Amino acid sequence: METNKGEVGSIDQFMDSTLESVDAAEAWVLEAAEKAGVHEDDLHKIGMAVRECMVNAVVHGNRYNAHKKVHVTVNATAERFTIKIADQGEGFDLSDLPDPLAEENLLRHSGRGIFLIQAFMDDLEIRRLVPSGTEVTLVKNLGSS
Amino acid sequence: MSVKLNTRQVGDVSVLDVAGRITLGEGSSAMRDALRDMVSKGQKKILLNLGEVSYIDSSGIGELVSGFTTVANLGGQLKLLGLNKRVKDLLQITKLYTVFEVHDDEASAIRSFS
Repeated sequence: METNKGEVGSIDQFMDSTLESVDAAEAWVLEAAEKAGVHEDDLHKIGMAVRECMVNAVVHGNRYNAHKKVHVTVNATAERFTIKIADQGEGFDLSDLPDPLAEENLLRHSGRGIFLIQAFMDDLEIRRLVPSGTEVTLVKNLGSS
Repeated sequence: MSVKLNTRQVGDVSVLDVAGRITLGEGSSAMRDALRDMVSKGQKKILLNLGEVSYIDSSGIGELVSGFTTVANLGGQLKLLGLNKRVKDLLQITKLYTVFEVHDDEASAIRSFS
């Protein structure tokens, strides 16, 4: 991990497509967020968002493929804490995801990950990568609750 | 181990005490296996004690929902006990707080089954 103490910190890691990477990314990002002065409530939200995003990248994106990596970068400024998580999978369309709050979907086993990320972060961007892959950008504005 | 499970019987209610993190992988699969085991033994009054659960992700929520529907489809009831604020918030955000019957006190939770 490459993290500088102080106002600006960063992480740039290529990780294996495993559940162990999910735990590791969550721990690294939380450590960086703590150094960046993120409040405890927001730490929990960032941790959950990173976990959900990493699970999507490892399980749905790279499908545990040992030849594919998940690229995790973190950048912290005085104003915002930004995490980018990119996989090498086939990608997905946000509009294709069913609404987990719709009555008919409430009791579905899965499909809440992206919804929770949106609920816990201030901004979420999803971008298709060329030739393949998806990059998800998560932003928490520092100072917001 | 990310999660610890303990089953006990209080009258005709089966209580599953869960402690730790219910996340994709070991945590959620261990809870799923424990619930399936209870259902396979014909237990239809199940109280899931989440009082010592520190963290739950969307996979864990999925297991709660699956357990709830499995037990309900067999004519039984699965209720929740002792949610901490974060788990409670999570169920509220996902609109599941009104789906589950949630109790803060074990004795009243046990009585609610009869």
